Amino acid sequence: MSETGEVVLDVQHLVKFFEVRRSFSESLRGGEAPVVHAVDDVGFTIKRGEIYCLAGESGSGKTTVLRTVLMLTEPTGGSVVFEGVDLAKKTRKELKPYRTKIQVVFQDPYESVNPRMTVFDIVSEGLFINNLVSSREEAVEAVLSALKDVQLIPSDEYLYRYPHELSGGQRQRVAIARALVLNPELILADEPVSMLDVSIRAEVINVLLSIREKRNISILMVTHDLALAKDMADELAVMYVGKIVESGPAGEVVAKHYHPYTHALVAAVPVPDPEGVKIRVLASGEIPTNISPPSGCRFHPRCPFAAQVCSDEEPPLVEASPNHYVACHFWKEAFVTFSKGQDKPGGPDAHG
Amino acid sequence: MPVLSVKDLRMYYTTMAGDVKAVDGLDFEVEESEVLGIVGESGCGKSSLSLALMKLLPSNAKIIGGQILVDGLDLVSASDAEVRRRIRWRKIAMIPQGAMNALNPVFRVGDQIVESITAHADSSKGEAQKRTADLLKLVGIDPSRARYYPHEFSGGMKQRSMIAMSLSLTPSVLIADEPTTALDVIVQAGIVQLLLAIKKELGTAIILISHDLSLVAQMSDKVAIMYAGKFAEYGSSVAVYKTPLHPYTLGLLGAFADIRKPKEALISIPGSPPDLVNPPTGCRFHPRCPYAQQVCIDKEPEFEEALPGHMVSCHLWREIQRSRGVKG
Repeated sequence: MSETGEVVLDVQHLVKFFEVRRSFSESLRGGEAPVVHAVDDVGFTIKRGEIYCLAGESGSGKTTVLRTVLMLTEPTGGSVVFEGVDLAKKTRKELKPYRTKIQVVFQDPYESVNPRMTVFDIVSEGLFINNLVSSREEAVEAVLSALKDVQLIPSDEYLYRYPHELSGGQRQRVAIARALVLNPELILADEPVSMLDVSIRAEVINVLLSIREKRNISILMVTHDLALAKDMADELAVMYVGKIVESGPAGEVVAKHYHPYTHALVAAVPVPDPEGVKIRVLASGEIPTNISPPSGCRFHPRCPFAAQVCSDEEPPLVEASPNHYVACHFWKEAFVTFSKGQDKPGGPDAHG
Repeated sequence: MPVLSVKDLRMYYTTMAGDVKAVDGLDFEVEESEVLGIVGESGCGKSSLSLALMKLLPSNAKIIGGQILVDGLDLVSASDAEVRRRIRWRKIAMIPQGAMNALNPVFRVGDQIVESITAHADSSKGEAQKRTADLLKLVGIDPSRARYYPHEFSGGMKQRSMIAMSLSLTPSVLIADEPTTALDVIVQAGIVQLLLAIKKELGTAIILISHDLSLVAQMSDKVAIMYAGKFAEYGSSVAVYKTPLHPYTLGLLGAFADIRKPKEALISIPGSPPDLVNPPTGCRFHPRCPYAQQVCIDKEPEFEEALPGHMVSCHLWREIQRSRGVKG
């Protein structure tokens, strides 16, 4: 059951469209309501004990994927297979047993824990709701063990504290303990450290890494921070306007990528070195809307490699190197260019 | 000659629990066309510093002492009327934190910039409109978009409009308080390039306030690392990043993910930022410092010039450098 390598979550052809709300008079005029293509044919698998990261800018659909895996929003199409069961086909009632197995940690620990509850109440709430404990003593024991796993030590001193007595990092660890206490197979983490100060970010990251190690839990993380994704994740997928444009081993996607969009993202990340490579803006214009995304490859209007084929045909996701997938007509040319230290075809040296 | 020089600036908040020493004895200078980066975590006083520099003080805050000299004029001793007439926005302007939400949603973007010009300068509406068009062009927005409302702009464009507005009276010093938070990374890169171009073209001095070490490294000529209302370290950015002297700087650099490096473990700084009502005795960083000794608890370290132009406030910086095997 808990063997590493076994697939825990298998998402295939996931689609989520949101209909745009129209005024009454607009709807009288008829025609189709405009649709936001939040997630458009996304697929990935997460193995047991693996940290899988979805990265992308705002509007890329990464959080919608996460909400759909949780079945907080119903997918428009596709399957979300968790431990062999397609959650997309289940009714709300049938989903209930899976709710404990997939847990979530939200972005802002100042919002996600109730300020009027003690740490014990926050962490134990799920145990009582799901009838997983028969006595208070049992609950205390489970909560203490979860608090210990998130490094809130000595754990008994934290039990009856309120969130306002805790720092941001400690609150986020309480939120992780709340997920952990139900013994989940999969934890979804939505930007788990973006609200925290730099000096305490690492403590939350290290807690997530250690619970993965100790309990062999899989983690699906959403982030906009590629440097963080590289340090934390095993697998990394880059999303752009509802689609995965590149995915593979995290370090490889960051350092040895094929897609011009991934390259533009990496080039825009500042480095903590005043003499290092300066950041560059390699994607012209702005992110298109998800209501009428560009034809063909969605990145083509901003891409330095774009040619006619890019606006005519949507590039398929192909395996460029083992387990490393890319959706670009010109990934070979792009890769050669990037490995020469250039940013665009025939362009000058990026580092000079 | 520096365009801005700050001497022993202290700004405290009065609260029921006692005085919050948010800015507690800061000294620095900024020259024309220079970027000073101020790095710190939440609650270290960096945003209070930016408010003090504009003399936009909340009602419970007061400047206890020190000087803020902008082009020779002292903001601290100047009257409110004088600050309003001669200094604020003219000499020293600010891109506020969360600038994306700083625009009024019910007025056209161009009109808001025009208003800021006519309110402060003796120009006619026509002149102000022309100036607005020039400013928008400068920040990379097509002047025809002056007629748009804020909701028709993307986040990056709103931020650019705020930068245009802050430049409307050609200030010599621009304070940028977290100018790119909540922006996507590619948009952020565009704003960084814009600010650097402005500094080069107009000679504006920029004070960049941020929690992001990488962003500050990209933009700054000088860096100050701020902790609990004081500077822990101050020097040229190359000096501070290449030979960090203060244990807090070392800790921040170790906690920061660097995209160029292969997968690495990040190390957090234990504990959390101190309470500024009752800051720790001696060195304010001592409860979180891995090198702390008795002297750090007993005595506040001097802000000393450890290397030429490189200031640090730590009793043990020599020993720490030696133990880390850093030459020099």
